[in-house]
Amino acid sequence: MADYEVPEVKEYAVVPMPKDDVTSHLRPFVAKPEFQEAMGYAGKKVHDDPKEMPEYVLVDGWKEKALDKMGDLLGRYRSLQVFMDSCVKCGACTDKCHYFLGTGDAKNMPVARQDLLRSVYRRYFTFAGKYFPKLVGAKDLTEEVVDDWYSYFHQCSECRRCAVFCPYGIDTAEVTMAAREILAHIGRGQKYANEIIGKVFTIGNNLGLPEKALKNVLEGLEEDVEYDIEVEVKFPLDEKGKDILLVTPSADFFAEPHIDGLIGYAKVFHQTNTSWTLSSIASEAGNFGLFIGSYENMQRISMRVREAALQLGVKRIVYGECGHAWRVGYSFLNTLAGPFDFLDQNYPIPQHICEFTLDKLEKGELTIDKSRNDDKTVTFHDSCNVARGSGMGTEPGGQFTIPRAVIKAVCNNYVDMEKDTIHDATFCCGGGGGLLTDDLMEIRVKGILPRATALINAKEESGVTHMAAICAICKSQFTKVLPYYGFTMDQIVSVHQLVSDAIVLEGQVDPED
Amino acid sequence: MSTLIAAVLVFATLFMIGGIIKKAIQFSKTPAPLKIPVTPAPKSTGGVVVRMAKEVILFSALFRASKWTWLFGWLFHVSLALAFVRHLRYIIDPEGMFGFLMPVISLWIVQLAGQYAAFGMLIGLGGLLARRFLVARVRYISAPSDYLMLVLIMAIAFSGFLMSFVSGFSVDIVQVKLFMLGILSFNLQDLPEDTVLIAHLVLVAILGLVLPISKLLHIPGVFFAPTRNQVDNPREKRHIADWAKPLDETRENYPELVASREPKAEEA
Repeated sequence: MADYEVPEVKEYAVVPMPKDDVTSHLRPFVAKPEFQEAMGYAGKKVHDDPKEMPEYVLVDGWKEKALDKMGDLLGRYRSLQVFMDSCVKCGACTDKCHYFLGTGDAKNMPVARQDLLRSVYRRYFTFAGKYFPKLVGAKDLTEEVVDDWYSYFHQCSECRRCAVFCPYGIDTAEVTMAAREILAHIGRGQKYANEIIGKVFTIGNNLGLPEKALKNVLEGLEEDVEYDIEVEVKFPLDEKGKDILLVTPSADFFAEPHIDGLIGYAKVFHQTNTSWTLSSIASEAGNFGLFIGSYENMQRISMRVREAALQLGVKRIVYGECGHAWRVGYSFLNTLAGPFDFLDQNYPIPQHICEFTLDKLEKGELTIDKSRNDDKTVTFHDSCNVARGSGMGTEPGGQFTIPRAVIKAVCNNYVDMEKDTIHDATFCCGGGGGLLTDDLMEIRVKGILPRATALINAKEESGVTHMAAICAICKSQFTKVLPYYGFTMDQIVSVHQLVSDAIVLEGQVDPED
Repeated sequence: MSTLIAAVLVFATLFMIGGIIKKAIQFSKTPAPLKIPVTPAPKSTGGVVVRMAKEVILFSALFRASKWTWLFGWLFHVSLALAFVRHLRYIIDPEGMFGFLMPVISLWIVQLAGQYAAFGMLIGLGGLLARRFLVARVRYISAPSDYLMLVLIMAIAFSGFLMSFVSGFSVDIVQVKLFMLGILSFNLQDLPEDTVLIAHLVLVAILGLVLPISKLLHIPGVFFAPTRNQVDNPREKRHIADWAKPLDETRENYPELVASREPKAEEA
């Protein structure tokens, strides 16, 4: 583990005193101009000398371009226009952000983060800011301001927790997305997110796993499962005429504990005789277009799902465990890539794997031996994008009850974490929103503090041994960062890993312990 | 003097109403291209009305966020509403089209509540002001205008309190009503020349002028937040903004999608 200053864990989350410039130095690597231009953005490098470190600067005329883009976005997004005007600086959000709680940096208070953009909005787009800038806290757009934007709009995971508590519903995620879109247009695109989007377009998924490699992985998985339990569980790829297209984050193909979740989905499909397939075109549920606030890129990525469904001739689309993918799938897919009139209208489009599995559990189509999970006391982490940006089932709040119902159907020992850290008040894992990159490790280690505190309390008070999640980013962040807080990687599990462990397939032979 | 005050009041009122309407039109005309309600959210329009009412009337999100801010903020806003209702008697002609409201406005309980609302406003605003000074996080995010607006409204409430409760400052309210009705009927009458009254009216005019160019735009803003006023039905209903329609026309043509439709070369 690399060395980072880990915040001290207290019994309760303590609200720090706001301090200046604690984390102003934390910012992601800048995307290369070639990647920027391929996505319709701009970039500029200082020199072409291969022996020197590359250096990327703001493009010529950046100030006008930034203000033009801001004006464009204000005219296209009601959220941004309303949120720029409505804030009364009441302070309700100031102690709600996990990055503020973990760093104490004043600009990580949601309102202060928004104000980085709002102060410029006021200066150039409002009467009061044009003529009385000092009075209303309006600021000129300078390179220092752009630097602050680049740092602090990449210390926001767009988790929307602040929006739950804001009396005006102001959602910092919308402001962060707009700021990132402006930054991308003046040469400050973020390397991690933009290069991943490039990989989706050229290879097909975030991890850059080509079709052939994917096929090998899936065949390997079939062999592994058969070796383990002596049942032939299939992981079909690009098979036409199946009922269900499963769209899942590419981390499910080889990261731990994600892959155990994938095995869980396959076992559920196997036991319920459901015909299904994965697709090499839509081999990625994730959609980083969301993180950079780009409607166009989000739509372009979403179209792969429509294309795959059409080419494979499926009747239904089911999404695997991925938080932001589910926000895009649930909330935006119909808009971006719909209408899906060619699919079976008797099922939700798309459907979440937890909705699918719970339905099968309730119908008694799965053989479950809960005692197989008796070695664990499980808690559930509500992923931010699922909790506050999507739904499941037909009732509001299904995104909280349905995954828990799945877990409780396969585990005897389940407890929730503290009330103000679950459901719509859940804390982000600290790695969402395009921050799951090594160049932002320090903010990830600090931002996990509120979630880690709640988990430690659950461990001490209720003997919790495992935390389940339904998000690829959460799982990756937790397995990498919770070890800084004394947990081991295998304490983080996929929800469908728990299903996989408890399910008993016909003819299954368990390995001798 | 009466003419000048009348002119200032008329200008400020028109500026305020025009400014709010202009903003509301801008908000409503700006498209909301994606469904972004903060969930869990209601699945029906009726549910959204209930959600919005809870926010606008009870400040329920603020209640969850911070009990003190809620207490002071809610107390101030409710008191302001009561004071507003009490003041309607100055501008409603009992014989005119809104005359039917007079029996309600004249009820002693309505008038008494509106009078004592001055205390509610002062306590609420005082609490909010103290919080701005005392809580480091709130102090950090406060601009000079944030303090000044609280002071302005406190001065309005305090001048009103003086006229209502302190005998030396009482005002000939019958004449005030004649003055107000005179403005509305384009038949100007004299305003009593009491300093506190004139200060009260000028401060109100300033508030009216500040409102459409400041954060007081939260008044129309609260109704327009897509995070609160959208129905949660994106899987059932397609939702597409005008500016996104041209993107829909070409969305099938991305090169990687076109390439995926080519028959695959046989692998060696």
